[in-house]
Amino acid sequence: MPSYVNPEKCDGCKGGEKTACMYICPNDLMVLDPNVMKAYNQEPDQCWECYNCVKICPQGAIEVRHYADICPMGGYVQPMRSSDSIMWTVKFRNGNIKRFKYPIRTTPEGSIKPYEGEASPGADQLDNEVLFTENAGRATCTPSNPV
Amino acid sequence: MALRNKPTWELLAEPDLSKVPVEELEYDAIIVGGGMAACGAAFEIGKWMPDGAKVALIDKAAVERSGAVAMGLSAINTYIGDENTPADYVKMVRNDLMGIVREDLIFDTGRHVDDSVIHFEKWGLPLWKQKGSEGKSLTEGGKPVHEGRWQIMINGESYKCIVAEAAKNALEEKGYDLYERVFIVKLLLDANKPNTIAGAVGFSTRENKLYVFKAKAMIVACGGAVNIFRPHSTDEGKGRCWYPVWNAGSTYAMCAQVGAEMTTMENRFTPSRYKDGYGPVGAWFLLFKSNVTNGLGEEYVKTEACKKELEKYAPYGTAEVTPTCLRNHLMLFEMKEGRGPIQMNTPKAIKNFLDDAKAQGMDDKALKKYWKQLESEVWEDFLDMTCGQAGLWASMNIAPEERPSEIMPTEPYMLGSHAGACGCWCSGPNEDWVPDDYKWGYNLMTTVNGLFTAGDGVGASGHKFSSGSHAEGRIAAKSMARYVRDNKDFTPTLKQTAEELKAEIYKPVVTYYENHEKTTDDMVNPNYIKPRHLMERLMKYMDEYAGGWTNYYTTSGKLLEIAAQHLKYLKEDSEKMAASGLHELLRAWENYHRIFVAENHVKHLQFREESRYPGFYYRADFPQTDVKTEEEGGWFCFVNSKYDPETGEWTMMKKHVHKIIPD
Repeated sequence: MPSYVNPEKCDGCKGGEKTACMYICPNDLMVLDPNVMKAYNQEPDQCWECYNCVKICPQGAIEVRHYADICPMGGYVQPMRSSDSIMWTVKFRNGNIKRFKYPIRTTPEGSIKPYEGEASPGADQLDNEVLFTENAGRATCTPSNPV
Repeated sequence: MALRNKPTWELLAEPDLSKVPVEELEYDAIIVGGGMAACGAAFEIGKWMPDGAKVALIDKAAVERSGAVAMGLSAINTYIGDENTPADYVKMVRNDLMGIVREDLIFDTGRHVDDSVIHFEKWGLPLWKQKGSEGKSLTEGGKPVHEGRWQIMINGESYKCIVAEAAKNALEEKGYDLYERVFIVKLLLDANKPNTIAGAVGFSTRENKLYVFKAKAMIVACGGAVNIFRPHSTDEGKGRCWYPVWNAGSTYAMCAQVGAEMTTMENRFTPSRYKDGYGPVGAWFLLFKSNVTNGLGEEYVKTEACKKELEKYAPYGTAEVTPTCLRNHLMLFEMKEGRGPIQMNTPKAIKNFLDDAKAQGMDDKALKKYWKQLESEVWEDFLDMTCGQAGLWASMNIAPEERPSEIMPTEPYMLGSHAGACGCWCSGPNEDWVPDDYKWGYNLMTTVNGLFTAGDGVGASGHKFSSGSHAEGRIAAKSMARYVRDNKDFTPTLKQTAEELKAEIYKPVVTYYENHEKTTDDMVNPNYIKPRHLMERLMKYMDEYAGGWTNYYTTSGKLLEIAAQHLKYLKEDSEKMAASGLHELLRAWENYHRIFVAENHVKHLQFREESRYPGFYYRADFPQTDVKTEEEGGWFCFVNSKYDPETGEWTMMKKHVHKIIPD
């Protein structure tokens, strides 16, 4: 089910510093046509349907049309992702609709301070197998004394 | 109308190499890849490198959503918890992978994996908690909801974003560099010191620019290999593979090409998943307690015929938990006998849950609410990690409470982190309990000095999954810091000049522009082959001759000879790949990696004269699974391979399996 772009909604992220879908696609599929300032999926048959372009698009311009060689027409799955939850709309071929909402994160986006409050073991600890956030115990156990 | 022989890509590749700049950079250590393992490495490395050290992470995509967890996950599959020990974990993995595993590496991952999980939660990943401990973190004594013994449930849509944010912020805090959209395609050996890594080269997929990195050491962790075997759907749907379509075998190919010894490369993973959408089945089996039926409506795994079939593969087949490959084997056994389709009996599983609730006295109103919750959980499993499966159910009007869904093994993938085990032969921890032939000084270092790996890259230690890959990245990072300290006077020196490397990497671009106007169609030209066509050919012949799904994963010595012949042609023809855009150049180099991995895979399939993993593949000419060791003339041993970067020759070898953890 490759992603596709609605030309009426896509503005090429002209207000942003980068084209969001092009920035995020893990498979380098989304590109911007700068002549018309619209994005498109340049290789739909390599689309994993990961929905990352759909989720990140600030204009809600990207949807997914289910794989033509697998799916009967008419199914539709669309998310609305906020900073702490995601709402999904699932529309069936027969017209039934279901909606689901799930939490996605318990901390504000961008707030992670990975080293705050963590230990800074000295260089003399480099030769053991204990990671910097760990204490002894399980981290140093052996097969003859597993914990 | 213009002729159809012009490049059509949005970002065109530059054939005049004088206009392609080269950036030459020098680091103490680099991390190649951006998935879970690489993020673990990025988190750990900053605490161990000396002040002022230069470190960089290089990802071909954006770290926020790269690697196998890019879409999200609905569970963390490796969590040891208080109820288990790392030794229990080893026993589970050993049984699932038919005995041929590196117990030292698995034990080591088991020692550290929970610390990664604790940090995921701390950083903001929502973990499901058991009733009574809601709101409590793991460190506060919160009890996670177990899917199975080792698996815990999460609201994992943003799993990768969270782990990536921690990694990126760690890099930033230490003043380390991050390169995104730079595809590393080749590792470089030192000009003076034998068998020692000295650098890596890659190109930008956003501008015509080459990057040459020199480094004293590196972690290469860029996932497993997909699109080596023909997928079930070959038009638009070929993007819908189970493992991420962007995993092109780069870890294996790049490490093997500089001479890293590889292990268990005959192993592949053909997960049984919901047909065509490849949605996860773990939650259905373990959390929702669903059973699977054949076309006759029988729970075939309970039949006498299936029990007998499993006995052939004792002690693994008769173990309490049937190994993944043998579960596939039973499914294939039914399918071959014409007793398909194999179906996940979702309506019955849901009915059982509701009936139980009713029996416990739940009234209609409460029951309705309970069903809403259950339905939401059922759909979240797909929406967190395989949105396309939800789309397929919607397209086919499948409501799981009403209609069962077909499941089937997929095409083969090569990986080392899930229920598969191919990868590099790595050193274990430098501790007394680790056998001498399993360690050479630096934990998770390959057999090439200074070259480390993690996640899918580490062979013979499957079942680490997302959390274990992160933990391994951390282990490798600390170990790499140790190596850099011990080799601080080493100055990496490359054998090739930047210009030579540029000519090699941009060759498909030059080939295209020299030839594209010789016919009227860009895609049909006798002077070159497009990456997409080469990949299709690779997938076709691997499928037909090397045990793909269309032959029920069956191959033989004779068939493998044909596969090897085709790989030789493919390798020769890959020299004529043509790329007109930067995206197509990415595809070209992914193909070089895929073909090399396929060659490595076939070498191993040819060498191991038994069928070690029935259900993953069969050697029709050697159908047995040996219990005898290599010393007793059997195949209970590792198969390792080594490619000589000087001569291009492969050496195949048997390596002893040490049983470290008693039964």
